[in-house]
Amino acid sequence: MKVAVVDTDIANIGSVCRVLVELGAEPVVARNPVDLRDASRIILPGVGSFSAGMASLRKAGFDEALPVAVENGKPVFGICLGMQLLAGHGTEAGGAKGLGLISGTVRHLEESGCKERLPHMGWNEVSIVRPSPIVAGIPNGTDFYFVHSYAFQANNPGDVIATCQHGVPFAAIVGSGNVHGAQFHPEKSAQAGFRVLGNFLELKPC
Amino acid sequence: MLKIRVIPTLLWKDLGLVKGVGFNSWRRVGAVLPSIKVYNRREVDEMILVDITASAEQGAVDHEALNDFADECFVPLTVGGGVRGIEDMRKLLRAGADKVSVNSAAYGDSAIVSKGAAEFGTQCIVASIDVRRLEDGRLECFSHSGTRPTGRRPDDWAMELERLGAGEILLTSIDRDGTMQGYDLDLISSVTRKVRIPVIASGGCGHYGHMLEAVRDGGASAVAAASIFHFTEQTPKEAKLALAAAGYPVRMGFVEA
Repeated sequence: MKVAVVDTDIANIGSVCRVLVELGAEPVVARNPVDLRDASRIILPGVGSFSAGMASLRKAGFDEALPVAVENGKPVFGICLGMQLLAGHGTEAGGAKGLGLISGTVRHLEESGCKERLPHMGWNEVSIVRPSPIVAGIPNGTDFYFVHSYAFQANNPGDVIATCQHGVPFAAIVGSGNVHGAQFHPEKSAQAGFRVLGNFLELKPC
Repeated sequence: MLKIRVIPTLLWKDLGLVKGVGFNSWRRVGAVLPSIKVYNRREVDEMILVDITASAEQGAVDHEALNDFADECFVPLTVGGGVRGIEDMRKLLRAGADKVSVNSAAYGDSAIVSKGAAEFGTQCIVASIDVRRLEDGRLECFSHSGTRPTGRRPDDWAMELERLGAGEILLTSIDRDGTMQGYDLDLISSVTRKVRIPVIASGGCGHYGHMLEAVRDGGASAVAAASIFHFTEQTPKEAKLALAAAGYPVRMGFVEA
């Protein structure tokens, strides 16, 4: 199975590609929308700021290509900033428009009342709040590796699949239709992360 | 709740892995890539890889080799050795490091820490401090793989590094390094009392009880160790079981539901 990994210099994609190989998939590095054509699913990694991430996607044309791919039934999985970019809006640095694939806003954790040290960095456990094939085989309380200061606030609570707690609760995994995202880094979360990405590869497009 | 981390330190010299005593008398202990694969299986929480050739000989890390290592590392990877500027950091991060460790260069130009934090985020910058205990008992930071006195006290220097934007501190006792006699708890607590950022205790771990001391008595957020994993039968997994038994939160292995 060919899996496109969007590469716009906003993430190090080496580990994501290695996990895909480990899971028996064939990663295709997508630097341009045309590279998405032969892939049956798409991973959107990312680190850094929301506005810079969106600017990189726009520059390459992914801001238009990704929603089209989703409409055509290709499952998409966002990781860390890539998950946040799925939202309609980010408040960072005056605000920026996101991909709008899952309705929500990305806010700094302090805006939500977090008094803990930021960035939230390290291994932390997630609570699964609704069943989903993306968390098949993942026990409640499994630890994943997080590095972030902003978090995804879904407008529709039903789009939140798992939460995590750092001073305040926030979305750890979101999902709606063919679009999913994780705030943590599955590619750096050892076996638990492999399982989540493996689940993504097995999702039946809807 | 964030977990206490158990982190193997891999010292990379020329083509292999080494381990010394007191930053000296290196012994070869294997090759890098197979060790990374083994640690992946042993449920370590992170890995620290230091290229001691690059730090000692004004060289640069072999980025091609690093790329291969990073591709096999499915937990966060901190890489250090010879980091002298922002471009060195960028190259390490591009080659697959998740965080970079800065040590000697920060004494000459501490702006390397603030610039790195501004460019890549504080979570990417691990400030590494190597400390010797002087004959009169005072603690002093040493640069260049423990060869040059800096006149700095570790607690003051750690506070300065935190202010500049370091995301965490890797604190190593040169005297305890490789001795397996236990971490320097006075050193660790002198620093953890003064900073809010996580401190990784390093140097001297010989058994799980030492790790517990570093966390309980030293206030460390993570424990780094090398000899215990190279030269004994003790494993990161059992280390975490020991910490869990003492009531500290650790990440246990993933077992499918």
